[in-house]
Amino acid sequence: MDLQTLSVESANIARRGSAWQRLQRDWSARIGGTALVVLVLAALGAPWLGTVDPTLFDAASRDLRPGQGGEIMTLDGELLKHKFLMGSDSFGRDIYSRVIYGTRVSLLVGLATALLALAFGIVFGLSAGYLRWLDGPLMRVMDGLMAIPAILLAITLVAMWRASLVTVVAAIAITEVPRVTRLVRSLVLSIREEPYVEAAISLGTPTWKIMFGHILPNCVAPIIVQGTYICAAAILVEAILSFLGVGLPPDIPTWGNIMAEGRVQFMAYPHNLFFPGVFLAVTVLAVNILGDGLRDTLDPKMAKRV
Amino acid sequence: MYTFIGRRLLSTIPVLLIVAVLVFLMLRLTPGDPAAILAGDAASSEQIAAIRASLGLDRSIAVQFGIWSGNLLQGDFGRSYFYKMDVTQLIAQRIEPTLALATLTILIAVLVSVPLGVIAAWRFGGWFDRALMGFSVMGFSVPVFVLAYILIWIVSLKLGWFPVQGYRRLADGFWPFLHHLVLPAITLSVIYIALIARVTRASVLEALGEDYIRTARAKGLPESQVLIHHALANAAVPIATVIGIGIALLIGGVVVTESVYAIPGLGRLTVDAVLARDFPTVQAVILLFSFAYVLVNLLVDLSYVFFDPRIRY
Repeated sequence: MDLQTLSVESANIARRGSAWQRLQRDWSARIGGTALVVLVLAALGAPWLGTVDPTLFDAASRDLRPGQGGEIMTLDGELLKHKFLMGSDSFGRDIYSRVIYGTRVSLLVGLATALLALAFGIVFGLSAGYLRWLDGPLMRVMDGLMAIPAILLAITLVAMWRASLVTVVAAIAITEVPRVTRLVRSLVLSIREEPYVEAAISLGTPTWKIMFGHILPNCVAPIIVQGTYICAAAILVEAILSFLGVGLPPDIPTWGNIMAEGRVQFMAYPHNLFFPGVFLAVTVLAVNILGDGLRDTLDPKMAKRV
Repeated sequence: MYTFIGRRLLSTIPVLLIVAVLVFLMLRLTPGDPAAILAGDAASSEQIAAIRASLGLDRSIAVQFGIWSGNLLQGDFGRSYFYKMDVTQLIAQRIEPTLALATLTILIAVLVSVPLGVIAAWRFGGWFDRALMGFSVMGFSVPVFVLAYILIWIVSLKLGWFPVQGYRRLADGFWPFLHHLVLPAITLSVIYIALIARVTRASVLEALGEDYIRTARAKGLPESQVLIHHALANAAVPIATVIGIGIALLIGGVVVTESVYAIPGLGRLTVDAVLARDFPTVQAVILLFSFAYVLVNLLVDLSYVFFDPRIRY
């Protein structure tokens, strides 16, 4: 890059403003971000959104159509009048309440999985990229893990460990760790050749400090983008696990569980599948769109490639 | 070139070995004694001990791995706890639907996505391009089982074009076979189309910026010729690569699709075996799928030579 293109480039960067300002102007980030904020508010505010306890059921209110009124018995034996906005399932549970509470599970699983996968992926990727003796063995294990299709691996791990929130998150995270490791490693391999790393080495900076203090901060943008995509994938896989009956126990309201319960009566009562399906698709779409927005603003090099 | 092929073949062996070790450890470190499961509830502790000895479970884990992988190489996957038959036999019964579904899906996906991607790149920034990119984000986000039920609702229940569920063997006639397979394959191909179309568009777009495209247009070649023979041909390698990588997505999708459409294939077998905690079967199916994935990607790597004569290993 000669001096002139360099100065044009930096002028462009200066004009685009800070990453945060660019993000606020980006339409994908705006739409995805707004949708996610709404979903987070729904998850946090679930008890105040006209819901009942999502585990309550009432035999008298089974298989109600969306919008029908009915009644539901609380644990104290009190009979509540309730409007079933999204209908009820074959136990007489309120689908609307279960869908809104299900938002909590999905968002929690997405976020926790992304953080866990990133944490391990960053440590492994930094080690493989910077400590050359570790590179070969570690990456072969990652290749092996990557060769096992993600959903199969997650299904098996959850089945072996007994399903709970922790095991579901851990199982999905394990399938994502190799991809993060590869990404971080490839970033490290180019950053380690930069003059400032060389300078740090010649000043006698300890290795861990070079890895986490000099190299890692320069990998942040692609890692955040990858994290969003992992979050979207994790929400999907959790729903698939629940839907197949190997995920979280069926009494926990998750979108996959609601759909698993509804699939038997799909022909007669499609609303059991429709509402959680729409919430699931919209949530994953929002996270993916936000990821695209982050990619375009934080990581222009990657944006050009895809 | 033969040395390349040889080296590439050799390099898959460690990966396959690591997959085998991982799968072995994963299931051997599970709580629960396989010998006790095999013997059943009424067995005495002597009977369990006898079974344990006959399976080699009383020896060190390294020896166990040796016995297990030795049996694998002879095509012996052990005996299913749940189906009470040899796993190899079980897999042989279930493989046809899965192979058929996967083949039809790949066929549909490639035939649809590549032309779409080329047109989008040709009309870069236009309405078609934007529509395709929008579709592609949707395709990644709508879960395959949600899509499956939407399609069943519209196409099977309302329009009555296809059966709702089920599978017919190829031996029962080609048309019934195809008729039952088309809707599951379309369902499964959507995410794959999204993936391949995106990569096709990006790589054709890159090729269209090259000097030889300008030359081809300057010498008066028709646009279709430029797009197919010059742009697409030079974009073939990344497209082949993504088809190979997408096999992982496809396998995950097979598990879900077979479950929704009640297709008695390997994907459905996996879920049933996991629910029944039938570990020999789970182990075998995971190994089989993983090996298939690795081998398809090996073939893809080798195909580069065919797609791009500039590549000489």
